[in-house]
Parts: sequence; structure tokens; C-alpha cells
Amino acid sequence: MTGNAYIYIAIMAGVSYLIRVLPLTLIRKEITNRFVRSFLYYVPYVTLAVMTFPAILNATNSVWSGLLALIVGIALAWWGKSLLTVAVFCCLSVFLAEFLV
Amino acid sequence: MHLSSNRSLLLQGLRDGIPICLGYFAVGFTLGIAAKNAGLSAFQAGLASFLCNASAGEYAGFQVIAENAGYITMAIMILVANARYLLMSCALTQKLGPEVGLLPRLLIGFDVTDEIFGVCIAAPGKLKPWYAYGVILCALPGWSLGTALGVLVGNWLPARLVSALSVGLFGMFLAVIIPPARKDKVIAGLVVISMGLSYLCTKLPFFRNISSGTTVIILTVVISVAAALLFPIKDQENTEGGAEV
Repeated sequence: MTGNAYIYIAIMAGVSYLIRVLPLTLIRKEITNRFVRSFLYYVPYVTLAVMTFPAILNATNSVWSGLLALIVGIALAWWGKSLLTVAVFCCLSVFLAEFLV
Repeated sequence: MHLSSNRSLLLQGLRDGIPICLGYFAVGFTLGIAAKNAGLSAFQAGLASFLCNASAGEYAGFQVIAENAGYITMAIMILVANARYLLMSCALTQKLGPEVGLLPRLLIGFDVTDEIFGVCIAAPGKLKPWYAYGVILCALPGWSLGTALGVLVGNWLPARLVSALSVGLFGMFLAVIIPPARKDKVIAGLVVISMGLSYLCTKLPFFRNISSGTTVIILTVVISVAAALLFPIKDQENTEGGAEV
């Protein structure tokens, strides 16, 4: 590393913050445009789904334990379990699966 | 003011932040190893995580540092790796009431991450700043300390434990998207299509060479635009109709 680490970190932090805070502070009114509202309504579900799969398969030591966590997570979430419950049982299923196999 | 309700919102946020904190700790740990390889100290890595709160973004940043690239390159890299937060903040600002002032917006904007965005958008009704503060207060130390510890103790944590902890974040994502998908066929279809296309992008030639952060941006925009054109929401159905936890 030849550059200054703290300058690098300051740039990382500054750009990261601006990206997040500008929409939050500049767009204060409720958007009335139906297309824009529909788009923003669907964004979170699409983003989270894209980020979950197939990444969950590569997060664990084996594809199969990741797949098990996916199935357990979908089932528990389907039955309306809380965030914490779903997350904990996903972790437990991976731990047990990799422990037993 | 509603002190007691602010307090219960804060506690609720802290509770929902626990799985995020655990997952962040595990992911931060692995990120710390990348920071160490880039030549950062534990303090510098922890500071970077405290200030940036971005897994893909920080990873990209540490690569830039490791390669001795310029400051401009760093800024562009962070912009691309974190561009999805721009979309998330646009969605999140609609979830906050217009009456929410500048200070809460500046504070919440500090820590819009995939996971914190997920729980905030899933909270019933409008997003209450105190709930978001609770989630952030719980999650941020896990992230920052995890990264610093990753530099310090490297590969000390058993691989099996890291493996198990790293799906916690995905479990939370599922808890956010599956309940509304059960109620709304359009969302259910979108979830299936999103996962399918995301999978294809890791397999198809050309697409599999695009970084995962960029894939997330492209797919999010394309699929959400298509959904907004084909299935525009009705007037009473806005972001308030988000998932129930």
C-alpha cells in the first residue's frame, strides 16, 4: 500500500454515505407518479431475492447445507415465523447438516 | 413526546437487529481477512467497517487498496459496488413519513444496508426512526468488531461455525420476502423470477463475468421496471403495504 490508508477509508466512507443519504434527504415528499411508486414497491423484494439465490448455496461449506437452509428458511417464513427465528433455524440446520454428514 | 413508544420501538429494533449482528459478525470476520491482506491494521479495518457498512463495497475498496490504485478509482469502485443502496434509499424515503425531519434522515442514511433495509421495509406501517436506530445500534458494532477481529485472529474461528453463521443473513432475507409473497401472487412470481434469473447470471457466459454487485443492480432495475409496467400498484396500495414481521 503506497497511498494513505486513512484517505482511502475517507473516500470509501464519503461515497458510501452520499449514495445513501442523498435520496433520503432530497426526496422528502411522497412520490405520486404511479410508475415510480410501483417500481419502488417492487425493488426490495426483487433485490433481496436476487441477493439470496444462488448466493446462499455458496455461503456454506457445501451446496447441500445451503440448499437445506434455503428450504428451512422458506418453510418457516411461510408459516410467519419472526426474523430471528428464521435466521437461527437456518444457521442451526447448516450446523447440524455439516455436523452429521 | 411519545417517550415510552420510542423506547419500545428502540427495543423492537434492537431485537430485530440480533440476527443481523450475528450475521454481520461472521461476514465481517471474513472481510477482516481481506482487509489484512490489503495491509490494513485491525483499527483501520474496524474503522472502515464502522464508516462504510457495506460488504461488497468494502471488499471492493480493500481490493483497490491492495492494488495501490488511485483515489478516483476508489470513488468509482465504491459508487458501482454500492449503487443498489441508492435504489434502497429511494424506496426507504417513501417508507418514512414526510414529517420525519433532517436529523433522523441523516442518521438512518448512515447505515442503509441490505439487511437493515430489509427489516426496515418489512416493519408494518410507516418506518419509525427509533426502530431503525435500534436495528443500527445492534448491527453496527457486530459488523465493525467482526472486521477488526478478522484482522486480529484471522482463521481462528472454526470453519463450521463461520459456515453456519453465514446463512443467518439469508434467513432474514427470506423472512422479509416470503410472507408478502404468500399473500400477493405478483410478489411471489417476482421472487421466483428474480431467483431464477440471478441463478442464470452466474451460469451464462458473459453474465457470469459481471460482478455480483453489478448483477444485483441490473436485475433489480430490469425486473422491477417490468413489474411496475405490467402490474402497477393500486392507489391505496403503497409502500405501507410492506411485509408484516
